[in-house]
Amino acid sequence: MKPKHTNDDLMETLATTPAKVMLAEKGQSLWHHAWLRLKQNRLAIASAIILALVVVLVIAGPMLSPHQFDAIDWEQMSVPPDFSSAHYFGTDAMGRDLFVRTLYGGRISLLVGLVATLVSLIIGITYGAIAGFFGGRVDSFMMRVVDILYALPFMFLVILLMVVFGRNIYLIFAAIGAYIWLDMARIVRGQTLSLRHKEFIEAAEALGASKTRIIFKHIVPNLLGIVAVYVTLTIPQVILVESFLSFLGLGVQEPFTSWGALVNEGAQDMEIAPWSLIFPALFLAITLFSFNFIGDGLRDALDPKDR
Amino acid sequence: MRSTPKTGNAMTDPLLSIRDLTVQFQTQDETITAVNHVSFDIPKGKTVGLVGESGSGKSVTSLAIMGLIPQPPGRITSGELLFKGEDLLKKSESEMRKIRGDRISMIFQEPMTSLNPVFRIGSQIAEVLMLHRGMRKKEAWEKAEYLLDQVGIPDPKKKIRAYPHELSGGQKQRVMIAMAIACEPELLICDEPTTALDVTIQKQVLDLMLDLQDKYHMGMLFITHDLGVIADLADDVVVMYRSNIVETGPVDTIFTNAKHPYTKGLIACRPLLEGNPRRLLTVADYMDEAGNEKIVPAERFEPMVKEDKSGNPVLLEVKNLKTWFPVKGGFFGTTKDHIKAVDDVSLTVHKGETLGLVGESGCGKTTLGRTILRLQSATDGEVIYDGTSIMDLSGEALRAMRSRMQIIFQDPYSSLNPRMTIGDILTEPMAIHGIGDNKKDRYARAQELMRKVDLKPEQLSRHPHEFSGGQRQRICIARALAVEPEFIICDESVSALDVSVQAQVLNLLLDLQEEMGLTYIFISHDLSVVNFISDRVGVMYQGRLLELDTAEEIYKNPKTDYTRNLLAAIPKGIPKSLLQQRRNTL
Repeated sequence: MKPKHTNDDLMETLATTPAKVMLAEKGQSLWHHAWLRLKQNRLAIASAIILALVVVLVIAGPMLSPHQFDAIDWEQMSVPPDFSSAHYFGTDAMGRDLFVRTLYGGRISLLVGLVATLVSLIIGITYGAIAGFFGGRVDSFMMRVVDILYALPFMFLVILLMVVFGRNIYLIFAAIGAYIWLDMARIVRGQTLSLRHKEFIEAAEALGASKTRIIFKHIVPNLLGIVAVYVTLTIPQVILVESFLSFLGLGVQEPFTSWGALVNEGAQDMEIAPWSLIFPALFLAITLFSFNFIGDGLRDALDPKDR
Repeated sequence: MRSTPKTGNAMTDPLLSIRDLTVQFQTQDETITAVNHVSFDIPKGKTVGLVGESGSGKSVTSLAIMGLIPQPPGRITSGELLFKGEDLLKKSESEMRKIRGDRISMIFQEPMTSLNPVFRIGSQIAEVLMLHRGMRKKEAWEKAEYLLDQVGIPDPKKKIRAYPHELSGGQKQRVMIAMAIACEPELLICDEPTTALDVTIQKQVLDLMLDLQDKYHMGMLFITHDLGVIADLADDVVVMYRSNIVETGPVDTIFTNAKHPYTKGLIACRPLLEGNPRRLLTVADYMDEAGNEKIVPAERFEPMVKEDKSGNPVLLEVKNLKTWFPVKGGFFGTTKDHIKAVDDVSLTVHKGETLGLVGESGCGKTTLGRTILRLQSATDGEVIYDGTSIMDLSGEALRAMRSRMQIIFQDPYSSLNPRMTIGDILTEPMAIHGIGDNKKDRYARAQELMRKVDLKPEQLSRHPHEFSGGQRQRICIARALAVEPEFIICDESVSALDVSVQAQVLNLLLDLQEEMGLTYIFISHDLSVVNFISDRVGVMYQGRLLELDTAEEIYKNPKTDYTRNLLAAIPKGIPKSLLQQRRNTL
């Protein structure tokens, strides 16, 4: 039986044409092809460059300023951007330099995004792949656990954690990560179920490969495409959740800050000092847009259909 | 089948005249010509067979006729498509939409995916009628019922309300045909409509298409990779190779007096029920890489002689094997019934022989193979391999056994991990079983395997998607050989390949058997292939083994009606009038 279609036939025409066959003997991986396609996507590439700039700025930027993120300048409270005093973004109502605070906030926001996503990635992939691979009762039990965790209200969980353990930035990482991985586990499980009955998995089984090997060498690498896309969409989601928590006053603690906390403060004296809202909000928006565009680009580039 | 002799080339008034058609595709770094200055006619009421391997441009030609070439990247750079004198290429998209499905319709290869799963089949047929004939719903449904009756769907009154998943593969293809002929088209394009079907169903569908063509007097363009399929069907044959037409002519002339070496190769590469050479002839025997004709050495025609291997020691013994799948029902999920996929099958396989298993899809032949390899657990019975019962093996013992028994799957597209290089794919099983001393040694072994299956060892660093279907199947064979097995189950291993490639892979399997003393169980729905490669053949039906005997005995003296029906359904490969002639010369 030939599960092929005319479109595939067309692809075959393209693939088996002599000129293509003459290509260098060197192998080209799917990632290489994906990269070639991603390069064509100007929006995604531009976003990646902007994101890289933001990261560099957030790491190295504070060194360019003579001010400390928690130092209060008693003479200059709520002043607009002023280059002569090196307050590039102005100061907040307490006289702290906004340029440095925005970049410090960026460190926290991006760190929360990355760490929480990483946590969700590790738990989610392992959990989902195991549930999907073993199927049957194991799968039913594991997914019911996920359903129960889903049913817990997230805000309630965070407030409970705060009350019991006190306000701690690491707790926020953990809380968000522990919440986000549920989505990842579901996506990975669904993909694994459809991969489970691919013939190359059966072939590995017939070759005597152990279950661990099949899961981590054959299934997980094939999930990376969709996971990569999902990660770029999860990071902004996490940053937003953190912003929301900070907005509610449950996030990072003074004098530390994050983009979400800065936007919260800025919104309060928006009328007298609009710069204290504009700059952090701008950084937040640019970062979120960049992640989303990269995610879209990756999804197109990794689509197996235009292999 | 067809009683009237075909004169072909009724050039008087062609229905569709393709003149100098060229289609190109623009990729990132080059322009690929998929169809190169192609011209041929489809006369009214006649069938033209368009034959070629995948990638030869035959499907692109049909898409061009339908006006379905995606533009860009596609571009029609020259030619005209004269449909009753009007050039289809000059029509606007909205004019083409009116023609498609009404005056020209198309049947696709894969009936499983060409029907929309969420609509009843009645409404899918009625939709075409309401769209093109402006019928009201009630009228269209009545017509749909009539059409279902015409294409031989039993109980059309009830079946019209069925969803696609409630029908079998053959029935779905009948529904597709009903949709295609709903508006009584003048031209019907069939793109490999029977490739996905079993032989018996294939014969029924082909017969049906012939009937309908007579009834509606349609012109038909029948696209296939298998000359055997159209032998009984087509009036004229057009052979395409690498984007060009290499030969055209009436079907009888093509079979008796093919001019182009490619056509000769295509005719020769299909195994017949009798008089096969020792190794199947392939296109490469008739033509070199550059397309020049070669003289086939006489020893290539040496007939196949099968040795009697029943004296060899028994390698595999299957005793009363049962694999039942429970059917659960009710609120508490209690087992109500069983699907008996394999039901009380006993057989023995001797060292060095090939046991063929044939039967239609769903007969349990694949489940039997999987159960023997412990990829599926058995309900009851015993499998004894080389004196050890393998039913209770586990852990290390099972793993060790796996290096001795291997499987090659059907679909070369899904049986290789797309994320791994060929080198990794071939060395992984060696690493699992501790074959080879180190990485370097395993890599050298992998290179050796590549040579064994006629692939270039330099290609080890490539990924599966860079290979064609036939090459991928060779890689699958190499992977199975990596653990140095003595027994291999080939589960429909050549069914997804073009006939010309199929012949090469069959030859390779035979060469490897001779060289390494392998034992095969060869599972297939294609009886002529099984007959060619097997020493003994078992016929399966509804989970049971109906008969098991030497290949020759099964084909000459079938004992059951079922086997006789299967045999009658095989496309003869050459028109019947010529079969006798060929028999006399052999």
